[in-house]
Parts: sequence; C-alpha cells; structure tokens
Amino acid sequence: MSNTILEINDVQKSFGGLKALSDLNLKIEEGKVHAIIGPNGAGKSTMLNVCIGQLAPDSGTVTFNGENMIGKAPHEINQAGISRVFQTPEIFPDLSLLQNVMIPAFAKREGAFKMNIFRSLSNESDVQDEACQILTDIGLIGQLHTNAGSLSRGDKRRLELAMCLVQHPKLLLLDEPTAGMARHDTNKTIDLLMKIKEGGMTKIIIEHDMHVVFSVADHISVLAQGTIIASGTPDEIKGSPKVQEAYLGGAHL
Amino acid sequence: MKTPTIKQDMLVMLIFSVVILTMPLWLEPLGANYPDLLQKFAIFGIFAVGYNILFGLTGYLSFGHAAFLGIGSYTAVWSLKLLTMNILPALLFSVLMSGLFALLIGFITLRRSGIYFSILTLAFAQMFYNLAYSVLTPITNGETGLQLARDDARVIDRLFSEAGEGLPSTDFFGLAMSGYSGFYICAVLLIIAFFISQRIFHSPFGTKLRAIKSNQTRMKYTGYSTRPYLLTAFVISGMYAGLAGGLMAATDPLAGAERMQWTASGEVVLMTILGGVGTLIGPLLGVGIIKYFENIFSALNEQALHQAFAFMPDWLANIMVFLTSPFVGEGWHLTLGALFVLIVVFLPGGIMQGIDLIKKRFSSPSKNSKTEHTSSEARLEKAPENGQ
Repeated sequence: MSNTILEINDVQKSFGGLKALSDLNLKIEEGKVHAIIGPNGAGKSTMLNVCIGQLAPDSGTVTFNGENMIGKAPHEINQAGISRVFQTPEIFPDLSLLQNVMIPAFAKREGAFKMNIFRSLSNESDVQDEACQILTDIGLIGQLHTNAGSLSRGDKRRLELAMCLVQHPKLLLLDEPTAGMARHDTNKTIDLLMKIKEGGMTKIIIEHDMHVVFSVADHISVLAQGTIIASGTPDEIKGSPKVQEAYLGGAHL
Repeated sequence: MKTPTIKQDMLVMLIFSVVILTMPLWLEPLGANYPDLLQKFAIFGIFAVGYNILFGLTGYLSFGHAAFLGIGSYTAVWSLKLLTMNILPALLFSVLMSGLFALLIGFITLRRSGIYFSILTLAFAQMFYNLAYSVLTPITNGETGLQLARDDARVIDRLFSEAGEGLPSTDFFGLAMSGYSGFYICAVLLIIAFFISQRIFHSPFGTKLRAIKSNQTRMKYTGYSTRPYLLTAFVISGMYAGLAGGLMAATDPLAGAERMQWTASGEVVLMTILGGVGTLIGPLLGVGIIKYFENIFSALNEQALHQAFAFMPDWLANIMVFLTSPFVGEGWHLTLGALFVLIVVFLPGGIMQGIDLIKKRFSSPSKNSKTEHTSSEARLEKAPENGQ
C-alpha cells in the first residue's frame, strides 16, 4: 500500500442550519486518481473548499503530506503543492493565454512573493517554453497571444487545467473538469488526465459524467449528505447496491 | 497582447526621450513652450506615470495620492532650509519620506479593496490636509505655506560660503532650477521615471500586478501572497508622487497644504483615465491635455476668439464668438468636463483606445479580413461545444 498524501479527519462544516459536511473522513493515496461522486448538494465542492483554505471547517483536521492545512492561507496551501480547477473557470481574463500559464509557473519557481522589476517578461524563455509545452498538450497553442477572456467556456476550463498542470502540483483537485464540454473535448480531456496520471500526480476529481469517472479513477468515494457512504475500486462501486440507491438511481453504467 | 522585446522597448525609450527633450521646440506653435508650463508638464508627468503603476496595473483606485505630493514638497523645502539649496538631497529625502508614509498608509488601506480602499486613501489624504493647517503648523507653517528665509540654517551650504544677500535660489550642482535648465532637469527625471515604469510594466512583477487586477482570487489559489505585491506597487507610486512633490518645491520653493487637497488627488485620476488607464503613454497624454487647458485655454478671451473667427463675415463671427466664449477663458473647466464625459462614454480606454482604433482602421484591409476569417472559423469550430 502506498503513502497517504491527504487525510481528512472528522471534518464538520455547517452553513447556518445546513450541515454541509458531517464527520467527513477521507484518505487519498499518493499517485492515485481518486474520484468523488455524489448527488447535487452532497458537499463535494465544500470538501474541496476546505482543502484549499477557502473555507475553514467548524472542526476536524486536514493533513497534507503530514502537515496540518487548517488555518493556512490559500497561497500557502498552493505552495505546499495543491492546485485546483474550479467549477466555474477562474482564469485571468485580461491577460493573454501565454501570460495566464506563465503566472502560475512563476509562482512555482519563485514562491509567494518576488520583486523582479528589472527582468523583461519577453526574456523569460524557460518559463515561456514550459508554458508553451503545456498549452500544446492542452491544444490551445494556436491562440498564444489572445486574451483569455475571449475564449469559449470549454477552452477556459482547459486553460485553467493548463494553469494548474504547469505547477506540477503534488495534488490536483478537479471540480467537474469536463462540465459543459462536448463529447469530443471530454475525450481529449480524459486522454490528458490519463497522460498526467503516468506522471505520478495525485488527483481528486469531482465529476458527474460517469464515463469520465470510470475511465480515469483508480478509486471512487461516494459522498451523500456530507459524509462518505461508500468507498472502493470502480468495480466495487458499480456493484454496491447502497450507491445505486443513493446516487445512481438505477442509471445504467 | 504580446509583451514587447527589450529591443522594441529601447526604441520606444529613444523616441520618448527625443519627444520629451524637444518639447520646447514642438510646443512653440501651440504657445505652450514657456519654462514654467514645461516644468509642470514634466512634474505632473512623473506624478501620473507613478499613479498609473498603482491604478493602471493593480486596479486599486487611490483617491489620496496628493498626500504624497504634499509630503514630498514639505520634505524638499525642509531640506532646502536646513541642508543645502542643491536639489539632490531635497529630492532624495522627498522620495524616501513619501515612500515611508506610503508604506504606512498602504499597510492599513490595502486591507480593503474596491470602494473601501478608495475611501480609506481619501480619508488619509484629507487627514494630512487638515493636520497641515492645525496640529502640524510648526512643520508646515499653516496657511502661509512653508517658505525659505534668508537666515535658514543650510548647514552644508555654510561650509562652503557665507549667506549672501537676499534669498538664494535652488540649483542642481550649479544648474539653475528656473527657466529652461530647470525644465531639462525635470525632463531627464521624467525620462528615468518613465523608463522604470516601462520596466515594471513589462517585467514578470508587472504582469503579476495585472493578474491581480484581472482575478485576485485566482492569484491567491495560484500561490501568490497578493498583499506584498499591492503594497510594493503602492509604495512605488507613492515615491513617484513624492518625487513630483519634491520637484514642485525645487522649481518653486514654497509648499502649501492645498497641494494635498482631494481635488489634487482627483486631478491625477482624471489625467490617468483621460489618457488611458494601464497604458504606458496614456497618463502623459492626460497630463498634457489637462495642463494645456488649465494654462493656455483658460487664458483665451473674447478678443482672441474674434481674431480666430476674423475670416468669417462679422455677423457669423459674432455668433461663433457668442457660442464658443463660454468654453474658453474661465469656462475652460466646461470644455474639459465635456471632453472627459465624451471620452469616458465613447472611449472607456481613454485617448489611447482612440489611437488604437484609428491604427486598426488604417492598417491594411486585407489583413483585417484575414483575421475576421480566422475568428469566424474559430467560432464555427466551437459552435457544437456551446450547443451542448
């Protein structure tokens, strides 16, 4: 058995009277693709928000690589090695695609703050090459100098994925990376995810598209009403009657 | 939006330097080539270029930058009084002092963003303005303003010579700060200031500042601590304002509190928006227009209008003079206001956006149709995806 990279212990989070997460326990193994599925409102996104420091849990701990993540600022959590793709793409709409990818690459190289006023961006060929490589992989190399704001929604998602991949995070959180994509693009994204899987990057993926989940996941956890109701390999989950009832509702797989 | 290469940047710097240094020549036909006004162009140019580093790159709209202008002026006059009439220490101290204050004010105000940040900066500037009239009178000399006196200490100057008759004048190692030599000193400082601003704009640091403006949330989840970036930009632009304030005192050694009033802060906002926020040259165009209106347009009177319309028949000339006279002379604010409204409504990107539009209109039509073609192709490609 490999190392546990992320451990969520007894995490509770309520919004007013609504219990979004109750006694959530989850262990993510290093190098695996771990899919989280569950009905709408099950607390999937809330869980990710807690992991990246966007939300503070009411109680419980989140440990990443043996380090406590609770109470850390979002940038510290990112610097520790966690990157996230959001449900609605968070990109830099006023910057070019190249700059969009170069910025996270700089964060990885230079840390949370560096004053480099007397270097020209056009001379940063290392970072530029790295960014171009990722943009080629993701299929957006043709629009290097267009403003990211003018991209289609699907392309924005892909760009955001590129922005996370360029950081080579230890843990990549993907919140519905293929939502709103055509089947053709979804397949391309699956290919890409499979490709980076070989790089040994750990991934947590939240996804409604079962085609994607069963193509890429090594391990699946089912979240319902803020707690994990089942966890196992894709085959185990497919066969579990509990899951069928709670989430899949008899959907053919 | 490609970042220019170093070569392109240097070419821009060369052209810029030539344009600035030849200002006395090409402003002659416009009647604006007298040293006082030229100095003002350069000094406010430095102020606006610095302000644009904060507002243009990070999008944080400060309504209190005149405070740094005032701090720079007072510091410079004190240096002229206590140390020497040479402007070098005066300017150094102005920049340092305003930088220190910017650090302090920025540290507090940058805890908020948007309108709250603007109000906080405005509050600080008004606080300084009012303090200058009340509690700080020993430092600022209240309403009279801080002036030079014959019996000031000037310890460094005294080492070399006795106090002469009358008030000494400011200089830069023998170069007088009045007249054209004063303008050239200001112009060289403006060129240096512009160069630094250009480097910041095209550096990774400047790109990160623009990324903060574009999406601060993403910036945080991308591993950046955004506060130090904002604070650095705030301090740099505060130091630019301090330099401008110091130069104001160096060219005319009198510092008054009205320099810190909110109208002065508002002026630099207007200049930046008029020219084009976030563009390198835009703020300077804004400075040129506003200072031109303030100094030249405001001096036009009915006689000048009659001369301008002299080629028309008398009755038409009278009508034209009647129609245009409210817009010149004391009415120059009206023209400027109308211009500002028109620009903001039709060209939110300022004059620079207008220049870009004209450039596009005149670039070769074949190239235009080609780009249109590819973009429509791209749209077709994406169409099924959007349909999902």
